[in-house]
Amino acid sequence: MRAFVIAVFAFLYLPIALVVLFSFNAGHHASEFTGFSVQWYGKALANPFLVEALKNSLFIATTSALLAALCGTAAALGLARVGVRTRAVFDALLGAAIVVPGVVIGISTLVALVQLFTVVNPFLASIWPDDQPPRLALGYGSIIAAHGLFSMALVTMIVGTRLGSLDRNLVEASSDLYATPLTTFRSIVLPQIMPAVVAGFLLAFTFSFDDFVIAFFVAGAQTTLPIYVFASIRRGVTPEINAIATIVLVASVLLVVLAQWQLRQRKPSN
Amino acid sequence: MLLGPATAWLVVFLVLPFIAIAVFSVGERAPEGGYQAAFTLAQYANLPARATAFWNTMVLAPVGALACLLVAYPVAYYLALRAPQRWRLILLALVVIPFWTSLLMRTYAWMYILGGRGIPALLAFVGIEDVRLINTPGAVLLGIVYGYLPLMILPIYVSLERLDRRLLEASADLGATPLSTFLGVTLKLSLPGVMTGFSLVMILLLGEYLIPTLLGGGKVFFIGNALVDLFLQSRNWPFGSAIAITLVLVSVVVLIAANRISTRVSGARRVDLI
Repeated sequence: MRAFVIAVFAFLYLPIALVVLFSFNAGHHASEFTGFSVQWYGKALANPFLVEALKNSLFIATTSALLAALCGTAAALGLARVGVRTRAVFDALLGAAIVVPGVVIGISTLVALVQLFTVVNPFLASIWPDDQPPRLALGYGSIIAAHGLFSMALVTMIVGTRLGSLDRNLVEASSDLYATPLTTFRSIVLPQIMPAVVAGFLLAFTFSFDDFVIAFFVAGAQTTLPIYVFASIRRGVTPEINAIATIVLVASVLLVVLAQWQLRQRKPSN
Repeated sequence: MLLGPATAWLVVFLVLPFIAIAVFSVGERAPEGGYQAAFTLAQYANLPARATAFWNTMVLAPVGALACLLVAYPVAYYLALRAPQRWRLILLALVVIPFWTSLLMRTYAWMYILGGRGIPALLAFVGIEDVRLINTPGAVLLGIVYGYLPLMILPIYVSLERLDRRLLEASADLGATPLSTFLGVTLKLSLPGVMTGFSLVMILLLGEYLIPTLLGGGKVFFIGNALVDLFLQSRNWPFGSAIAITLVLVSVVVLIAANRISTRVSGARRVDLI
């Protein structure tokens, strides 16, 4: 059994290792490793389309993860004090947001937003004083919203779990000692749930940064890094893609390790 | 009040869009593409037009989930019951990390390995010519196992880790063979985890797009491919919506069936991932 487990871990990590290795290949082809070089990283970072896509992805991932962390934490705190029925409805919706395949989320968001825009844009045009009314379109906003849906559900669940294991005695002791609810929240609840919030933020960022399918549908004219990489892969595999893949993989791994570390922290840092 | 933003988000970007595609699915395609209001079941009657995509998905999703399960179970078992304590967390982290790294990049890695300049080139080097690995159902299946293995290991691990070890000892004390202890106690009690993993992987596979596109090369076509085609290329939104609704209905059936099975066999409810 140990041999099998080792084989499975090799299966999980060898392909990734190969991509990383060949991103440092001086030669062009996967079949021959002709020497160590970082030229593909240079080529990748000198490509203006790629840098633009990377910037877009960073912006979208940061914004959607921040919004998700705020709304998700608020929702988890709110859910701790609602009735059983409201909670059940909420849990079902949050579960759906996580489980429904990205393709379906992407499609339904696309359909709903396009339909909304065909109503709102003529209306905006009719009430706007001059000839240049704002036109709503797919882009940053729609990607952030669609990514945020999954991320918010994720943050709500992670923070909710943490809240469930919160020591109620501390909260009661705090209010017995005449702390205002706000003070209790700031000095008792917040420090205890903070690791979960941070972990949720990091995982949300990773999800958004890595997602291809949802963005593919709702990006409109915008490009994210995964969309750019997908388009280049379809044109043909080049070592430049290995370099980008390596950067993305290393970034994701760092973020996930950081998130796991945060979740395992038992005690607040202050 | 705390629930306000989350509620608004869920309603505007989950509930309303779902209603929108439900409405679209009973509509008609406008002459220039897009949607025209109507009330007809014609789109659903037309589903057999995409029979190949449905067939491929309905075969490869359960087969893929089963393959994942067969590989995942021994790993989860080892992690939960056999691994030395100090290694357990590290090994678990090594399972979680791929789960959160880009599926696109990980699938790309296999494209690189199975593609003409990867393994086939190596095989040609030792004299085995003309081996075709990429763009086959086998490559898609491999990609599926690779992509979804972590998601299958985690819930099984959780259910095995919770298992009361004394039950295993009791079973052995009462003269059960290791095999019958495994079948009667371990497997039975880990079934909620197995069913959670199986249904999650299967549902995500029903909507999979990247793996069949990159490793199946247009030859192995999934429902996800049909949806991308209908929404982004041929712009037949009502028909695409009907397919999406069908997909969601199948997913719901899978979830309910999985829940029923694990409740009936082990009397426990499904295992939640987080």
